[in-house]
Amino acid sequence: MEILLAFLVGGLAAVGVYLMLRPHLIQFLIGFLVLGNAANLLIFTAGRLGSQFPPLVQPSGAVLEPYANPLPQALILTAIVIGFALAAFGIVLFYRAQQALGTLNAETILEAPDVSPAPSPVDELPTEGVRR
Amino acid sequence: MSWLLVLPLLVPLTTGILCLVLPGRTAQRVLGLAGALGLLAAGLALLAQVQRQGIQAVQIGNWPAPFGITFVADHLSALMVLISGVVAVAVALFALAENDQAREGLGYYALGHLLLFGVNGAFLTGDLFNLYVWFEVLLLASFVLMILGGSKAQLAGGVKYFAVSLLSSILFLVAVGLLYGATGALNMADLALRVERVHPGLLTALSMLFLVAFGLKAAVFPFFFWLPASYPAPPAMISALFAGLLTKVGVYALIRVFTLIFTHDTGFTHSLILWVAGFTLLLGALMALAQGELRRLLSFQLVSHIGYMLMGLGILTPLALAGSVFYALNHMIVIAALFLLAGLLQRLQGTTVLVRMGGLYGPYPWLAVLFLLPGLSLAGLPPFSGFWAKYTLVAAGLQAGQYGIVAVALLVGLLTLLSMGLVFAEVFWKKAPEGARAAPGGLGGRVLPVGLLAVLTLAIGLWAEPLLSLSQAAARELLEPAGYIQAVLGVSR
Repeated sequence: MEILLAFLVGGLAAVGVYLMLRPHLIQFLIGFLVLGNAANLLIFTAGRLGSQFPPLVQPSGAVLEPYANPLPQALILTAIVIGFALAAFGIVLFYRAQQALGTLNAETILEAPDVSPAPSPVDELPTEGVRR
Repeated sequence: MSWLLVLPLLVPLTTGILCLVLPGRTAQRVLGLAGALGLLAAGLALLAQVQRQGIQAVQIGNWPAPFGITFVADHLSALMVLISGVVAVAVALFALAENDQAREGLGYYALGHLLLFGVNGAFLTGDLFNLYVWFEVLLLASFVLMILGGSKAQLAGGVKYFAVSLLSSILFLVAVGLLYGATGALNMADLALRVERVHPGLLTALSMLFLVAFGLKAAVFPFFFWLPASYPAPPAMISALFAGLLTKVGVYALIRVFTLIFTHDTGFTHSLILWVAGFTLLLGALMALAQGELRRLLSFQLVSHIGYMLMGLGILTPLALAGSVFYALNHMIVIAALFLLAGLLQRLQGTTVLVRMGGLYGPYPWLAVLFLLPGLSLAGLPPFSGFWAKYTLVAAGLQAGQYGIVAVALLVGLLTLLSMGLVFAEVFWKKAPEGARAAPGGLGGRVLPVGLLAVLTLAIGLWAEPLLSLSQAAARELLEPAGYIQAVLGVSR
């Protein structure tokens, strides 16, 4: 089972890295999601597979031995939530970038108008007239 | 007095939440400053407590040490929290004077304090996975701050910053997962005890994963490219906060794991860190010289000087580590002052492109002095704080016989001086170019925070003994992790 999961993690990581290297930023984001799943499965596998008993304490006070390690699952749960938040923010960010810059191609976003050389960001705010 | 340990977290969290809830801008502005002052006070109290009673630890939720999450404050953590409080106050004062209605309406103060929440959490946690979570807290706040206002430059910079941060987060997560698999521990003190049983080769491979993950956050060679591409984009009140705090979190994490956990093969790992430090120093300084825009120039200076902090970590003697800690603290103050100053100059001239600036010495001679204080401190000239930081590192390098890195450090000091001199000549001495904007109005209260930070760097330079001895105490604790482990786990090694 560990070997199977190791290959799965490796495969997912390869797909994720490939997608993250693509020029389009949406592909980058999907690559991040795939790579994030690879990382989660990796933690799961690193936390030792084996027993399928839940780590519960019986009414008598006895613990089912050997019980499954609950910690990796807690870690993965945290990582999934964080990954979800990052992905949600990323989608909105890329949407706004597409609107403002007119491109989501990593190769051309650098040459987008008004971006290089770095302009004065304060000047671009719509409230310029208000503050000066 | 365990509440002192969580106070630097509670204050910014409460402030951030209140700023989100309270609708009025005035209330937010008052809270923004009050929260920063409260954080500074909490940092002072925590440092005093650590100074009096040694390393402090608190088990959250009363879960005993290796199982629950522990917060630990040694001298290093307490000092970092304190100086981040100083930077927070300066930036809050600047933001008050800047009166940026659009960004304040979008939640600048709430986000700024949530960022501080994440930064202080990262400084204080004693658990590696918890450190990952704090990194995400500060990253998410910084993502939004980076693009707050939504100008084109900010979005373009934000996309790059976001992408690189995602990558380093995943690397960090993978590294934590593998280290957990190898040791079965996440508590850093527990890890320090357990890594002895791990195969050294595996441990070295894991340490390299951490070096890359934290190196990306700290913007060291060869992972620094994202920083000058994104930090100049947001306005001064945001970029100064980033420059002062964010890369230092990466440096802090590197110092922590490479003194507590990965000390099995210092001949390889710490020599590598020295090489990284050397290249960071040299490339950052050379590229800063090639920049024609003030904030990009400062960003490269920021990258370059991260190398000094790694230099002390690479040498790994008590004096060198003290130099690293001292340098990090000094640099937080100095670089925040310079980024705020860039904001002042932009306000005066409407641009930070050096060729289009000039002629400020006549109308604003005191502003030239205000630039020279942190500028010369960055270059490491006496009597400023940067001098003692650099002096300590160079002395430590000579003692340890690391002549190569010492030569690089001294050369980079010269290059920094050259770079600061060029800026001074371009901005203050040169005649104002044709079509340059006349200074519109005064600077108002914006000068106050820059002045405070500049005076602080001078004061630390003239009276370096307290901070230097605190840094040495921090270095002693880092090199003798038994005290840290004792404080967290309650057992000696």
